[in-house]
Amino acid sequence: MARRASLVTWLLRLAVVGYLFLLVAWPSWLVVQKTFEHGLAGIAEALSDPDVTHALRLTGYVSVVAVAINLVFGVGVSLLLVRYEFPGKRLLSAMVDVPLSVSPVVVGLALVLVYNGRFGWFGPALEAHGVQVIFATPGMIMATCFVALPLVIREVVPVLEEVGDEQEQAARSLGANAVQTFRRVTLPSIKWAVVYGVVLSLARSLGEFGAVKVVSGNVTGQTQLATLVVQQKYQNFQQETAYSVSFLLAFAAVLCIVVVSLLRPKEER
Amino acid sequence: MSIEITGVSKRFGDFVALDDVSLSIPSGRLTALLGPSGGGKSTLLRIVAGLESADVGTVSIEGAEATHLPPQKRNVGFVFQHYAAFKHMSVAKNVAFGLEIRKRPKAEVKRRVEELLDLVHLGQFAHRLPAQLSGGQRQRMALARALAVEPSVLLLDEPFGALDAKVRKELRDWLRRLHDEVHVTTVFVTHDQEEALEVADEIVVINDGRIEQVGTPDELYDAPANDFVMGFLGPVTRLNGALIRPHDIDVSTHDGLLGAVPGVVTRTLRVGFEVRLTVDTPSDGDVTVVLTRATARALGVEDGSRVWLSPNLGAGALPVLAARSATAAR
Repeated sequence: MARRASLVTWLLRLAVVGYLFLLVAWPSWLVVQKTFEHGLAGIAEALSDPDVTHALRLTGYVSVVAVAINLVFGVGVSLLLVRYEFPGKRLLSAMVDVPLSVSPVVVGLALVLVYNGRFGWFGPALEAHGVQVIFATPGMIMATCFVALPLVIREVVPVLEEVGDEQEQAARSLGANAVQTFRRVTLPSIKWAVVYGVVLSLARSLGEFGAVKVVSGNVTGQTQLATLVVQQKYQNFQQETAYSVSFLLAFAAVLCIVVVSLLRPKEER
Repeated sequence: MSIEITGVSKRFGDFVALDDVSLSIPSGRLTALLGPSGGGKSTLLRIVAGLESADVGTVSIEGAEATHLPPQKRNVGFVFQHYAAFKHMSVAKNVAFGLEIRKRPKAEVKRRVEELLDLVHLGQFAHRLPAQLSGGQRQRMALARALAVEPSVLLLDEPFGALDAKVRKELRDWLRRLHDEVHVTTVFVTHDQEEALEVADEIVVINDGRIEQVGTPDELYDAPANDFVMGFLGPVTRLNGALIRPHDIDVSTHDGLLGAVPGVVTRTLRVGFEVRLTVDTPSDGDVTVVLTRATARALGVEDGSRVWLSPNLGAGALPVLAARSATAAR
């Protein structure tokens, strides 16, 4: 059904393109431009700073662990929400969306209240056993998990609903147990939703700022993540380093999305 | 007896799907569960397969108690209305699924899959994905997949319901022939009385969660236990206060036979080879009569013709039981 492009559709297109340009394309482009103002010198300088490389490594570690945790729990919760009936299901479904609506700073503060070593609920007990959560990597992983929690679930749930449970029932009647059914039938049919959820979670985890700022303590060279480095360098008038790290963060996220789009088979897009 | 169902009831909230159903299904036969939508026949089949659990009652398959067995331990083959094909696997992989789960040797799996694909005439499609098959082909693949594990019973839930009329008819003939070759105890659910009459050795009529009648197609058609069964197995009308099939009425254009009911044709409708007449009679109101086109033409009946109606010799009729007959004639 090809409709002729009328004046209205042209105006709509102009509005959409203009909106995206002013809000996304132009600012992003300026970051790229600033990063490469002096060729690769900016990036080289940033990467020679041990604080920056440490922050990048820490960001990578925290993000990957958080994504792995969210992957397991996300798929599990999705199966629970779609395939089972239980009291409180609607409440659980609503809870999953909380991280999207609550400000990350609040998440950070909440984690500090529960896990800090002096007066938190679990903090002192954990610290007595030598586990420090707040101002350490576990806290940062928890904060990152929290903010990225809904992304896998919201990708997987609609696909699970669309696929239905007939294939799973067929597998069961053919002799497959629960694990075999999941591995051979359920997982392949939600594969791309899981991959997309993981990519979105990873992108979100790399870019998390508010929650980790509160729980990490932001100690340079120790608990400082890449996003926090960007802020610090920017405020210390090392703009070029700030732009370079920003670019690297954005580049990693965009790269994930591009790779997945290229890998994904055409008919499933 | 291959499947023994005793005192099975099942409720979904307030809705009673099955109400104290007991049924024995014989070995090696093709049995149809026939009834209107929402009557409980699919629920009964799913309880036999273990995909649904009965609230009360027991199920045994081939003499073994199966009430609390999970589906994967019942050794039943199940075929779904919408095929339930494993979309990400090739046709051959779909058929091999049950055998691979059972860890059969590779060579045996390969041989068996080839055999089954030939049996369902899909030999040349082994490497296609289900999405590249037609509906009828997908359902044949699903059947091969269910047969691969050599189930003790084969259960089919409205297997041809999602197919168009022509393919449905072909597959129906084919299922009958396949059953004559394979002889596995087969139960299929349908709401199409023609399908049940044509294919099944035995028909179980289920309505409102209860069994109305069990019998061979001939028994059910010739001696329906009640007006529901009579009405469900084919069209009915009323003549001389009894339920009768519209094609079992003789039409005459002169008052010859004793006891013939006079009337006036108010409507004629031609559908393919048949002509459906609506005759207004003083004794029974509107009576529906079906004639072949040739008979109608020979009689010369048209709107406004005066006719006399009488039951055909050898017609089966059922005395009207109270007021239920009006709803039974659908």
